[in-house]
Amino acid sequence: MNIGILLKEGPYNHQAADTAYKFAEAAIKKGHTIDAVFFYNDGVINATRLMDPPQDDRHIASRWAHLCQEHGVQMLACIAAAKRRGINDDVLIDCGTITGLGNLTDIAIRNDRLITFGD
Amino acid sequence: MEEIESESCDDEIVKKIMHVMRAAPHGTIYTYEGLEMILIMAAYDQDISVAFIDDGVYALKKGQNTEGIEMKGFAKTFGALDGYDVEKLYVDQISLEERGLTEDDLVVDVEILSSAEIGKLMTEQDVVVHH
Repeated sequence: MNIGILLKEGPYNHQAADTAYKFAEAAIKKGHTIDAVFFYNDGVINATRLMDPPQDDRHIASRWAHLCQEHGVQMLACIAAAKRRGINDDVLIDCGTITGLGNLTDIAIRNDRLITFGD
Repeated sequence: MEEIESESCDDEIVKKIMHVMRAAPHGTIYTYEGLEMILIMAAYDQDISVAFIDDGVYALKKGQNTEGIEMKGFAKTFGALDGYDVEKLYVDQISLEERGLTEDDLVVDVEILSSAEIGKLMTEQDVVVHH
């Protein structure tokens, strides 16, 4: 199955970022394809490489970069939401892209499922 | 000449996409950014609908004044969604009643449905996005 993920919450503040990542990992392991992770609302904060959590904690931005590099999952941040929150190309994770909601619409159309994580 | 949207999908695919507004219009950004998403998706000729449940029904309330909180009001934009070919607006009856509202309190004509009816519509969608 081809799956798109929409993530609507920021990292650490909310478990949605962890759940979405674990879901993506598990789905790939089962042979499904994750087409893209689209960050929206505070979810765009997942896309900054400037986050610097304590060493004994998970590094959420690195997880997303890993998913992209290892499995070719696109990491997309909505430009309107990103601009509001100070996320731009200068701070973006490796392999991340800032894009428009039209791209999310295409993801919704071309995949078998669009799965939303967040409140 | 190349197509401008060479990466976009086959135009013949029409998906049923429902947006579910659940939060009050102010207090969090979910409703406002949800509206932005609806407006973009509306340009893609999909079968778009919007359901208003729980505090989401307040997004449609007449007579909102956001001056005091220094935020942009956007009830009028919900009222103008039919201009973007988003004409399927569903409101949960019990959510309205619980908040002392009636159809006359809303900025736009909507279809008022029971929770069960909205639930049935959700099961018929290809995509449901909650806000």
